[in-house]
Amino acid sequence: MGILVKERDIVTPGETLAEGLDYLPGQGTYRKEERIISKLVGIVNIDKKIIKVTPLSGKYLPKKGDLVIAKVIDITLNGWRLDINSPYSAMMLAKEATTRLVRKGEDLSRILDIGNYVLAKVKNVTSQNLVDLTMNEPELKKLSEGLIIRISPVKVPRVIGTRGSMVSMIKKETGCKIIVGQNGMVWIHGDEKGEVLAANAIRRIEKEAHINGLTEKIKEMLEKAKSKE
Amino acid sequence: MGYEKRIDGRGFKETRPIEAKVGVIEKADGSAYFKIGKTWAYAAVYGPRELLPKSMQNPKTGILRVNYNMLPFSGVGERVRPGPSRRSREISMVSEAALLPVLDLEAYPNTVVDVFIELPQTDAGSRAAGICAASMALADAGLEMKDLVGAIAVGKVDDKIVVDLQYEEEAYKEGEVADIPIAMIPSTGEITLLQMDGPIKREELIEAIKIAKDVIKDIVEIQRKAIKDKYKGMIQ
Repeated sequence: MGILVKERDIVTPGETLAEGLDYLPGQGTYRKEERIISKLVGIVNIDKKIIKVTPLSGKYLPKKGDLVIAKVIDITLNGWRLDINSPYSAMMLAKEATTRLVRKGEDLSRILDIGNYVLAKVKNVTSQNLVDLTMNEPELKKLSEGLIIRISPVKVPRVIGTRGSMVSMIKKETGCKIIVGQNGMVWIHGDEKGEVLAANAIRRIEKEAHINGLTEKIKEMLEKAKSKE
Repeated sequence: MGYEKRIDGRGFKETRPIEAKVGVIEKADGSAYFKIGKTWAYAAVYGPRELLPKSMQNPKTGILRVNYNMLPFSGVGERVRPGPSRRSREISMVSEAALLPVLDLEAYPNTVVDVFIELPQTDAGSRAAGICAASMALADAGLEMKDLVGAIAVGKVDDKIVVDLQYEEEAYKEGEVADIPIAMIPSTGEITLLQMDGPIKREELIEAIKIAKDVIKDIVEIQRKAIKDKYKGMIQ
């Protein structure tokens, strides 16, 4: 009876996490009769009475309101099709990309061409996972300079850090502008050396995402790299 | 006389040595190998990803597509002809059916999860090894599963019930041989694959299945450990 795992244990699908009715099944788990069982390979997270399993791998599934970085892959009659690093591609209507009036029959490639990257927000997701994007908010824009890297979407929270601690530290140390999309695409813009340094730091965070005190280690690594110059 | 001692000297209820590892193909979304004696199975999972042609898409759920393939040099003696065969299509189909009950792909309509099972060397029991590898690779890909799936072949050689037949036992000439690959979901005891080749009595079959259930529980523990070993490295 009771709980069978500890906080931060790694569990696999089908593993019993708790027995009895004292605990509630959270994300990544399910209840079968008196048992709570994991559905994922992940890390156990116990929040009072709720047992959650945080996934360690997997694809990005878009949610309404997510900030994403997307790549234009096609132009349609009234907008664009974009790659959002997910099993599903997204659509964006012409009027969502610009505040000015888009005339009928206008060449949309003059606003966004195939291969361009944009910073956008998920406007809507249907039950069939059709995704609508928008750029009609002040900070959303076309990303014409800089570097784009793709990381595993489940590592995004770690790259951002608690209240943005990790990403703002990398920004400060490298002097780069960095935007982390919820879909695991990261935009880095600064001088050449800074961009490479920031990209390496982010790759390392992706690899060692669950190590304690990672922010300090990354800071050390960046400071060492800078002092070599 | 009967079958007194197994060809390689192991016990009648003993499997060949097992080695399992997860994360062996970096490019794949999930991967694993499962080696049991001289039978080696590698599995790579890609997806969920867009399914083309569109006519194959299912708007209610994602689909699972398993491809079992023996490499040309993997057989015993003769070269295995590359490409799909009657046998490989059958095994692909039954492996898919063995794995599907633990997966829930309804969150991914219109997509496909591709599983490629490749065998660099085989010595009987290849479909069971393939299912074991595939089940670990699916978990590694981060898919929601209600449990892992474990599989093993059991059977009868002459007068003895045996676990995990090897090639020489399948080809045993002095008595009857039955080969029964079984896949099971350990937490519920549901059997997701049960095939039979060769004659066996009803009571013996029931006994063989009972033994297989215990063996599969041990195999699933090996699978769990292999998965944890991969991710433990990331935690320190």
